[in-house]
Amino acid sequence: MRVAGKGQVDRGKRVNFTFDGHRVQGFAGDTVASALLANDIKLVARSFKYHRPRGVIGAGSEEANALVTVGRGAHQEPNVRATVQEIYDGLEVRSQNRWPSLNVDLLAINDLAAPFLGAGFYYKTFMWPKAFWERVYEPIIRRSAGLGALSGAHNEDLYEKAFARCDVLVIGAGPAGLMAALTAARAGAEVLLADEDSVFGGRLNSEREEIDGIAAAEWAADVVDELAALPNVRLMLRTTVTGAYDQGTFGALERVSHHLSDAAGRPLECFWRIVAKRTILCAGAIERPIAFRNNDRPGIMSAAAVRTYVTRYGVAPGRAVTVFTNNDDGHRTARDLKAAGVHVTAVLDSRKDGPVGQGYPVIRGAEVCDAGGRKALESVTYRTVSGEEKLGTDCLAVSGGWNPSVHLTCHMNGRPEWREDIQSFGPVEGMVPGLTTAGACNGTFSTLGALLEGASKAREAVEVLGFERGAMDLPTAEDAPYNLTPLWAVAGNGRAWLDFQNDVTVKDVKQAAKENFRSVEHMKRYTTQGMAPDQGKISSMGALAVLADATGRGIPETGTTTFRPPFVPVSIAALGAGAQGIGFAPERFTTSHAVSVSDGAPMIEAGLWYRPSYYPKAGETKWRQSCDREVQLVRNAVGVCDVSTLGKIDIQGPDAGALLDFVYTNTFSTLKAGKVRYGLMLREDGTVMDDGTCARLGKDHFVMTTTTAAAGPVMRHLEYVYQCLRPELDVSMVSVTEQWAQFAVAGPKSRELLAGIVGEEIDNESFPFMGCGEVTVGGVRGRLFRISFSGELAYEIAVPARYGESLYQVLVQKAEALGGGAYGMEALNVLRIEKGFITHSEIHGRTTAFDIGMERMVSAKKDCIGKTMSERPGLSGAEREQLVGLKPVGAVKQLTAGAHLFEPDAEPVRENEQGYTTSVGFSPTTECFLGLAFLRNGRARHGQQVVMVDHLRGVTARCEVCDPVFFDPEGGRMRG
Amino acid sequence: MRLTCPHCGERDRREFYYQGDAVALNRPGPDASDVVWDDYLHNRDNPAGMTRDLWYHEGGCGAWIVVTRNTLTHEVLATELASDVKEVSA
Repeated sequence: MRVAGKGQVDRGKRVNFTFDGHRVQGFAGDTVASALLANDIKLVARSFKYHRPRGVIGAGSEEANALVTVGRGAHQEPNVRATVQEIYDGLEVRSQNRWPSLNVDLLAINDLAAPFLGAGFYYKTFMWPKAFWERVYEPIIRRSAGLGALSGAHNEDLYEKAFARCDVLVIGAGPAGLMAALTAARAGAEVLLADEDSVFGGRLNSEREEIDGIAAAEWAADVVDELAALPNVRLMLRTTVTGAYDQGTFGALERVSHHLSDAAGRPLECFWRIVAKRTILCAGAIERPIAFRNNDRPGIMSAAAVRTYVTRYGVAPGRAVTVFTNNDDGHRTARDLKAAGVHVTAVLDSRKDGPVGQGYPVIRGAEVCDAGGRKALESVTYRTVSGEEKLGTDCLAVSGGWNPSVHLTCHMNGRPEWREDIQSFGPVEGMVPGLTTAGACNGTFSTLGALLEGASKAREAVEVLGFERGAMDLPTAEDAPYNLTPLWAVAGNGRAWLDFQNDVTVKDVKQAAKENFRSVEHMKRYTTQGMAPDQGKISSMGALAVLADATGRGIPETGTTTFRPPFVPVSIAALGAGAQGIGFAPERFTTSHAVSVSDGAPMIEAGLWYRPSYYPKAGETKWRQSCDREVQLVRNAVGVCDVSTLGKIDIQGPDAGALLDFVYTNTFSTLKAGKVRYGLMLREDGTVMDDGTCARLGKDHFVMTTTTAAAGPVMRHLEYVYQCLRPELDVSMVSVTEQWAQFAVAGPKSRELLAGIVGEEIDNESFPFMGCGEVTVGGVRGRLFRISFSGELAYEIAVPARYGESLYQVLVQKAEALGGGAYGMEALNVLRIEKGFITHSEIHGRTTAFDIGMERMVSAKKDCIGKTMSERPGLSGAEREQLVGLKPVGAVKQLTAGAHLFEPDAEPVRENEQGYTTSVGFSPTTECFLGLAFLRNGRARHGQQVVMVDHLRGVTARCEVCDPVFFDPEGGRMRG
Repeated sequence: MRLTCPHCGERDRREFYYQGDAVALNRPGPDASDVVWDDYLHNRDNPAGMTRDLWYHEGGCGAWIVVTRNTLTHEVLATELASDVKEVSA
């Protein structure tokens, strides 16, 4: 019910939205919760386990009951707190966890089964038969208990991440936070003030009080105006600081456009990482309930929330409101309701000395022991020394006292300490380095106290940072005492709720204690107390008190459970903003990419790179046809392939050769300028790290190539070896992978092709095999390397990347004129298998130089990385699986990589395994399948037969073991 | 978490690659015993408290850095260029 003339909502702006399909009207400034209450809609949700009817309990992010689903389709957002969601025209809100409807929920039958569904029922009931768990029990439980559902569709919403730095971060903009921000900002510090609400002011917007003689909310607005005008202040609304991390880093979730009907391109949420030199936590406090029988009826709310609805939203949550309190603060609710013209039935004060005579009836020494009315509260029964009485009421405002929001102070493994004066846990200074607390989250509950602490903590912070602390200029405000006598749970029969969101009752906690789950962490897990999305914000303290009582310990000895981030639920989409799709795996393109794509080449991923698989020509319907043709054109004419993705590292300096001698197993310092040498690199543990060629362009200038996959790791390794092991060397290096476009030109006609392109002589005499040098390519200075990964007469030609695309086009055009053309990865792979050249399929991190037949490349004359450990026993010898070639014997459909090798007559089981295949391909040159494999004692077994068995694909093939070089073993073709 | 690169200043830890214990700087000679090599390559302490490890400023200047930090409090106490540390010990 709306109260005339009250609240800060904009009565001039009507907003229409729907709840479960029904049209609901509110005003701009309303939340879903306030608008529903204004329309007397009390039943808004069904509980998690028992499907009990539930209504709004609070007014902030701690809300435990009023979880709703917002939006539809891919934009559907489940478990949104109705107390946080602002309304806008067209907003679609639905209740959740009910069937078929909120009003008639057949699953409420669970409530009747409650005696069987108490704490630990999963563990006790569904033990057997074992097979039933996955097929029967779990699906039933999942269907009947739960929260809202995701749409199942791809999330199309925009999310962002952002970073911020500041001198002073102020978390929470209530009286303490505003005063802290103002003090720090006036001193000149860079201030960031974050608050999760849609307006600044915190409780000042909800309380009927004055600061400096004006309404508290007005005072807050004035302070915000001053802050907004300062250049050194950043104000962040709708931003919940969710976690405290190392070195003054804080995570924060900004709800950017949840409150807008048209986001206009803005993200839904933004996840911030804020780095602050000093932080003042002014997170306030959360009012706790008192447990009594049926205390979860819709209409039973936090007393402070009732004040919020009346004062801030101009909404009376009931027509006849009763207050149940154990402290003076609860009486404020009665006073505010009365001032707003709402009927106060009575204040039931559990204390014998509560205040009286303020114009509303007070019953001292009264405890509410039951509540009536299923879908909306109709009555409460209270107990005094003179017996039980029933009172008709449609709203009960409960205040069990306040719990400081110490959560963030505990995120780095700290524990709060018990404070007798406020009967709650308070923060301990220094638990998060650089963070201090002020106001209600520090247990200081009066407005004046909060203002004073905010100012003084800010003065201390700015002084540490080297600013003048300035004069203390404190406004006047209320400073009322709190006067609380603890009451956690009212004794009696029936179920009294502690954790509303997970349906945990006083009985459940007592049951846990009885079954010896006495540790608070055990009790939590056994009962699920505090494990719902609200993380027990309003319930944990009460549960601790009940556990302490049940185990005969005090609350401080019982202790709290661990507080962990995030403070409020954070969507994975916000945390991972920018990391979906292309953001997860950025794409690297070679300079020939666009041409290859337009030529119809399917591109395959090679790390982040994309490389052409093959180039289909007219009439070719299967990849093998294209691949076979491309292999043949290289063997018979000339082929062109972009090899720019291979790592290129430029190494210069007088000691460049010495560095290479240390990282390669073989010697490079003796290499003559203008020559290229193949090099093998080990890890320090003696296994092969990478291989490639290294060219000496000048006396002090080398260019190393790495495999595509190892470009990054090898660069890191070289820097490591230089900086960490040999810093005395005079050498420097830089990755130039992306600066040079490089193309393999391979085949008997490659020299003919290049002769027309490069300015220099490249006959066998002036440019022999393994030669290199600078050349002129159409007026551009490039580099030519006579190296071959195909076994043919071949070159690699490199030009600065900006000329890559045009050179590629020229090369392909000329190749085609000579009966050749472009070739892709499939053909490249077949060509190298035919020659027994290895890739990371063979040097996969478990093979040694011995295994690949290169142990003689480990120079005996010098030390190198991995040399000592490669000499360990077990890393060489007959027992090792050694690189061999495999040729099928008889009719064989195919060979497969990753298959296992067995003796021909052995059973193909693990115990009999002799080795495995690493690379296979159909060789059009030899007209059969060829494979590279590792076979135990393989080099001594050439000529013998093995059986290849691929259990996964169901392929078996008899093969002959042979030398891994299948084609042109003498190498005459590439030297020619 | 942030580390101070001696070249670039305070930077987010996502710019860095983590290697492991800075004992990696003390590479034994080729003639050292099996035990010494085994220790160097495999055996690492897992200290609750002070630790020195190697980080690589991969997303920055490419410097290898020795970071002294406390595994209990996550405090970063010092950062030095690995090449400086190595040259001092050499």
